[in-house]
Order: sequence, then structure tokens, then C-alpha cells
Amino acid sequence: MRPLLGLLCGLVFGIGLVVAGMSDPAKVLNFLDVSGVWDPSLAFVMGGAIVTAFVGYRWAWRRTAPAMMDRFDVPSSSAIDRPLLVGAALFGMGWGIGGFCPGPAWTALPLLAPGTLAFLPAMLAGLWLGGRLQALPAFQPKGEPT
Amino acid sequence: MLLPPTEFTPWASLFGGILIGLSAVMVMALFGRIAGIAGISRSALGMSGAGDRSWRIAFVAGLVAAPVLVSLVDPGAIAQSVPSSLPLMIGAGLLVGVGTALGSGCTSGHGVCGLARLSARSLAAVTTFVGFAMLTVFLIRHVFGG
Repeated sequence: MRPLLGLLCGLVFGIGLVVAGMSDPAKVLNFLDVSGVWDPSLAFVMGGAIVTAFVGYRWAWRRTAPAMMDRFDVPSSSAIDRPLLVGAALFGMGWGIGGFCPGPAWTALPLLAPGTLAFLPAMLAGLWLGGRLQALPAFQPKGEPT
Repeated sequence: MLLPPTEFTPWASLFGGILIGLSAVMVMALFGRIAGIAGISRSALGMSGAGDRSWRIAFVAGLVAAPVLVSLVDPGAIAQSVPSSLPLMIGAGLLVGVGTALGSGCTSGHGVCGLARLSARSLAAVTTFVGFAMLTVFLIRHVFGG
């Protein structure tokens, strides 16, 4: 049952990305190009998604547990720390070069553009590498034993 | 990287965004988790020990299947221009992977789900990655004249 529901969630997410035009890196890069050929569409995607999730989360949290699991498991950290900011800065640079963030990179895969086929495996290698970097002393919370 | 200008699509993008938000709500109501694609990808590929992999693998399969489904309904729906420089796309993919793993989230995890949870940590991440992405596009398009 869980895989079937997971597939459904992924399909709805992916159809949302495609309908929103976000599987097209040109549209994303044109949103980021405020002083050029600006296309504000991405702001409408984020607005629609955030308002829907804001309302829907509060509905979902009225139950004591999610339907398929024992408990809710949402991030508890509130620290604005070095790994968060360094990671976000690196991600921003890559997003600005390629026009892909992780969701659209998967959704673009079946269209088989050469740029996508170069980007996606590199992103997966980066996801693995980034997990390793998190363990480095420079990215450990201050004052805690390492 | 000369990519074409894109048309502003407020309604399609708003509707697509609502679908993305709906998927985030489904993931919360069913699995009790944030619908962050970077994190889901890492868990699906066994890079982190975050519980049940089966629904996450199916979620990624749904993302990949989505454009195929959409193109069956409307063959003209998917227009795409992917940057063609393969070395740049490999570099971009690495940055996006490392950055989202290190910063614990991407456009969906911090952007949609984090902001819907009113997380100050996610707001700091979003401001940082959008800022760096806009700066990167500005440098590529308007300073180095890409």
C-alpha cells in the first residue's frame, strides 16, 4: 500500500511541476534574471504551493498520527548554522547555472536532454558527497563533542 | 548559455503550485514527513537511514513518470530548453547535490514545506539560495555576457 501511495504523491508533485512549467530550466533561469527577461511565474508556483501546504498541514496535524506511519516526523532543528547557510549558498550557485533543482531534474529525465543526463548523475553524486561533508568538524554544531 | 525568453504563465503556474502543495499535504497526512525532494532522493538511494525506502523510491518513480502522463494527454505541454554545456551542467549538478544535502533541503523541503511550517531556519535557507541563484544568473548573463 505504501509504495502505491508514494507513487501517487510523486505523480501529483511531478504533474504539478510540469503544469507549472518548472521542468523547463529556461523558465526558472528567467525568473532568477530579475534585471533581464524576467518571468515571474515561479513566484506563483511557490505562492500556490505554500498556501496549499500551510492550510493542508494544519488539517493533517489534527490527527494524532499519519495514516501509514506511527507518528509525524518533521524537522525539529531551528538552528541557522554554518551547514545550512553554506549548503544553501552552494545550492543557489548550482541552481543559477543549471536552472534545475532536485524535483525538476527528476521530472526532466524522460525528455532525455543531454544537459539533464549530465546534471542528474552529478546531482546524485553531490547528494552523497554532501552527506559526507556534514560529518566534517567544520560543520559540527559549536560546543558539542564531535 | 543562450536560452529563449519564456512567457509569463500566472494561472498555469499557480495551478501547478497548488498541485505541488497538495502532494506535500498528502505526504504529511500519509507518511508524516516533509516532501523535500533532495531528502527523498537521498533516502530512496539508501544514502541516509531515514526509515522506509519503499514509498520514497515509488515517489521518485512518480516524478519521472509524470511528464510521460502529461504528454499523453497534451503532447504540446512540455516545452523545454536545457543548458547545453555538459561541463557546466555537471558542475551545476554537483553544487545542487552537495548544497541541498549539506543545507538539509531544497526548493521543496525548505521552500514549500519549510515556509508552510513558518520555519525561520527554512526562511534563512530560501533567502540565501534564491539570493545566490539570482547573483549567479546576473554574473553569467550580464557581467560575463553568457
